[in-house]
Amino acid sequence: MIPAAFEYLVPTTLDEALSALSTHTDAKILAGGHSLIPAMKLRLASPKYLIDISRISDLNYVRESGGQILIGAGTTHYQIESSTLLKEKCPLLTETAPYIGDVQVRNRGTLGGSLAHADPAADWPAAILAVGAEINVRSSRGERTLKAEDFFVDMMTTALQPNEILTEIRIPIPPQRTGSAYEKVKQPASGFALVGVAVQITLDTNRTCQRVQVGITGLAPKPFRAIGVENMLKGKVINDQLLAQAAEKAADGVDPLSDIHASAEYRSHLARVHTKRALQRAVSRI
Amino acid sequence: MATKLIGERIKRKEDPRLITGTASYVDDIKLPNVHHVAFLRSIYGHAKINKIDVSEARKLPGVVAVLTHDDIKGVLKPMPCVGGVPDMHTPEHYPLSGGKVRFVGEAIAAVVANDRYVARDALDLINVDYEPLPVVVDMEKALEKGAPLLYEEYGENRGFTWKISGGDIDKAFQEADRVVKLRLVNQRVAPIPLETRAVLAQYQDRGVEGELTVWTSTQIPHGIRTSIAGMLNLPEHRVRVIAPEVGGGFGCKVDFYGEEVLIPYLAMKLKVPVKWVEGRRENIQATDHGRDQINYIEAAVKNDGTVVGLRVKVLADMGAYYQLLSPVIPTLTGLMMCGPYKISNVSMEVLGVFTNKMATDAYRGAGRPEATYLLERTMDAIAAELNLDPVEVRMKNFIQPNEFPYKTATGLVYDSGNYQAALQKALDHVGYTKLREEQKKLREQGQYVGIGISSYVEICAFGPSAATATGGWESATVRIEPTGKVTVLTGSSPHGQGQETTFAQIVADGLGLTMEDITVQHGDTAVVQYGIGTFGSRATAVGGTAVYLALQKVKEKATKFAAHMLKVDSKGLVFRDGKIFPENNPEKSVTLTEVALAAYLAKDLPPDTEPGLVATAFYEPKNFTFPFGTHIAVVDIDPETGQIKFRRYVAVDDCGNIINMLTVHGQVHGGIAQGLGQALYEEVVYDENGQLLTGSFMDYCIPKAHHLPKFELDYTVTPTNVNPLGVKGVGEAGTIGSTPAVVNAVIDALAHLGVRNIDMPLKPEKIWKTIKEHAPKKGPIIVA
Repeated sequence: MIPAAFEYLVPTTLDEALSALSTHTDAKILAGGHSLIPAMKLRLASPKYLIDISRISDLNYVRESGGQILIGAGTTHYQIESSTLLKEKCPLLTETAPYIGDVQVRNRGTLGGSLAHADPAADWPAAILAVGAEINVRSSRGERTLKAEDFFVDMMTTALQPNEILTEIRIPIPPQRTGSAYEKVKQPASGFALVGVAVQITLDTNRTCQRVQVGITGLAPKPFRAIGVENMLKGKVINDQLLAQAAEKAADGVDPLSDIHASAEYRSHLARVHTKRALQRAVSRI
Repeated sequence: MATKLIGERIKRKEDPRLITGTASYVDDIKLPNVHHVAFLRSIYGHAKINKIDVSEARKLPGVVAVLTHDDIKGVLKPMPCVGGVPDMHTPEHYPLSGGKVRFVGEAIAAVVANDRYVARDALDLINVDYEPLPVVVDMEKALEKGAPLLYEEYGENRGFTWKISGGDIDKAFQEADRVVKLRLVNQRVAPIPLETRAVLAQYQDRGVEGELTVWTSTQIPHGIRTSIAGMLNLPEHRVRVIAPEVGGGFGCKVDFYGEEVLIPYLAMKLKVPVKWVEGRRENIQATDHGRDQINYIEAAVKNDGTVVGLRVKVLADMGAYYQLLSPVIPTLTGLMMCGPYKISNVSMEVLGVFTNKMATDAYRGAGRPEATYLLERTMDAIAAELNLDPVEVRMKNFIQPNEFPYKTATGLVYDSGNYQAALQKALDHVGYTKLREEQKKLREQGQYVGIGISSYVEICAFGPSAATATGGWESATVRIEPTGKVTVLTGSSPHGQGQETTFAQIVADGLGLTMEDITVQHGDTAVVQYGIGTFGSRATAVGGTAVYLALQKVKEKATKFAAHMLKVDSKGLVFRDGKIFPENNPEKSVTLTEVALAAYLAKDLPPDTEPGLVATAFYEPKNFTFPFGTHIAVVDIDPETGQIKFRRYVAVDDCGNIINMLTVHGQVHGGIAQGLGQALYEEVVYDENGQLLTGSFMDYCIPKAHHLPKFELDYTVTPTNVNPLGVKGVGEAGTIGSTPAVVNAVIDALAHLGVRNIDMPLKPEKIWKTIKEHAPKKGPIIVA
């Protein structure tokens, strides 16, 4: 439980952080530290440099701009949980946040940190996929914006380049008649998701599905959009039976994880059951 | 009129310092120039060590020593096991192993450095040439012919066979209407004290009179002192052991570990203070585990539910070596195999088995939870087999209240009990009849509700010395200081039980003082007379009784002084509100302070009386005590996912007289949490290569607050006559009662599907699979 030696850098601006990142090889960005520090204590990670971005104040905000909600990467889980703007405009995020860790964890851990770490059982990726977010990243040479589904590459692997820092999450404000829900089965020891399903669905006045996005975490090496489920619902008039049938597709085409906490078979089953429940709950909220 | 303190809800004196973080644990103790130890531990479950190269580690700046088995061979003795049984194979093991390693986490090298970080860094510079050997982690496989052997010299992995029996078991089975059989796995769990183990040692060389001081997180400081003195060939009076604040033990700190001798040895050898604080991963790897039994049960029953015989074969996983008490733990399962029932014919055979895992030893309940689990699961299996209500089967077999003292078929004498009353109280509390009706209705609607009952009796207050490995008495000193304030010294060194409060209640009540007037000291062998420690729910029943007896002695002396000062007869003097006076003449009084001062100034001593007001008592109990109770769990199971939700949890415990209702509640709360943890969440898992898969809190689940139901607690009070306080002990009751209650509830929820057993921990996936297997036509339910 004792990490190897490292150099600790504390930039106060994003430019300083990006410059530090480009000059030091074997550097890791430290935000809330809830994934990186335990990994370092177990010596699963032994970076030479830690660049602590928690003092950079312009990474910490939730604001509305041009039909989008912008969230700074350094915004803590608790700030999201307690954001009145999000509660009103994008309640899936305020519903998801309390499922993460405990209050102490949520007061330190950040949205950007969680996404960049890309733990296959983290909660945020499911919600971020379901709200159709874009992810803004910057390096000392410029910036680029990725769709959430392009950001997650594999287990603990994202599209971030070594010289890039995740800076902002951009969420389109959902239209009227949108409902959302997050369903999670916790792995009892860690509290991470055995399976987490986030749903955001928009119906017209005839209950025809205009848009639906289903993000699933915990099931596969990386969080994913359950396209099979979405395709069965899009353009259709929604009823409970259709939701249940669509939910049966939740684990299609993925290679489910299996460990001492849940077999691939059970994880897949949970994904189907909780996709159904999340869909039902989301629809009931419209 | 003074307030009576015994029996009240008194907030613990310990809690302010614990809550505000001002308590001192071993790691909080700072000594100048302290050096730190890091252990290199085996990464293999079974391997030959061809070579350990420590040369690079020794070169790291800051490292002062790196030791391996070769450095302690012939210097340190093998670690002791005092809880032996006849005719057992006893393998030797040392604080640092050499030649061969037999479990993941076994210490093979120790680095000492002037900095904790350097010590850890140095571990990465040690090169070990391992030659992996075949591994066996499964007890049943370990007993098969051709299994890999942990000890070639024994030719088997069986460590011992221990048997107990009573009555005529063969006849019972001949006369039975039927035989109910069960195979139960009582899985391996980890005790997980929140404070891991920690040892700090300092040797002060004073020429000929060197003195060794060892701070260690232990439940048995005096036992550790004797052991260290023996292991290091030191005179015991020059060894001082201090158990400062101890953050939980749960039995795993009744042990004597290699680190507890190696750290003192290093402090002497290197002439610097040396500290080691166990990490959590080390704690899960190398601190005693608990349980790990397989029970093959055969119950001979009559059609009316009467149990006429019980035959059990137990495989008890010892792990790779015996720790201090390992073999004796499953023998407690045997002793308690009758439980609260009148089963006249019993037999148990226990096979201790070596596997490539950490040793098992005492864990909260230590052998008795296993007995209660196998009995209470059997009672439910009998009820299911005969289509009887589980309550009826229990009531039919209970020992009757008028049969106490009751001698069991295993030779124990139960002191007192009223098992029917506790069960009935629990049934009334939960609303049993109505619940059963509701369960029936909900089943018809496809909802799975289960009611689980567990009636237990346990053996506590360890215990008569003749029946215990290390002496079963306890000591106490009550010292009234010259100003009338009181210091109590107890040999029952606590690790969270609250003796500073409960023992102060006993003394304050007896002397007519307030809680603030009493201080209870413990845990320092230089301060406290020799004592045994805190385990086996003995602190109040044995340690508290010692306090009570010392109190009577000191009161007798104070009475003599008071009578002398008041010039009255000593008979009929009472202690109240800080004064001593004749009961029939309260006006004629002297304060305890005046009495104390007189006793120490000694200017006018009563005849034949020494100065001072101090008394010590060593209490040897004449029997164990046998607390009991009934726990009832009510659960809902999600038929679609197997997830469990608690509806109710009712516990009716009887621990005899109650000293402090709050601390009793606390013990029951914690006990239920741990027992429920075993039922639903906890399991130490090794893979077939002996790798520990549950090596951190990411994978080993101890229950958190949100996992627990609301505890509805009640009590019956059936005092014991074993001790003058009438107390029995309650430290382990919750752990013993809860596990089968929860499992029985889950099985009961699925009973209508024909489910008779699921082994712990009852993970939702197992339940889901069981539902699928037993209700194949319904398949996964799609709610349309």
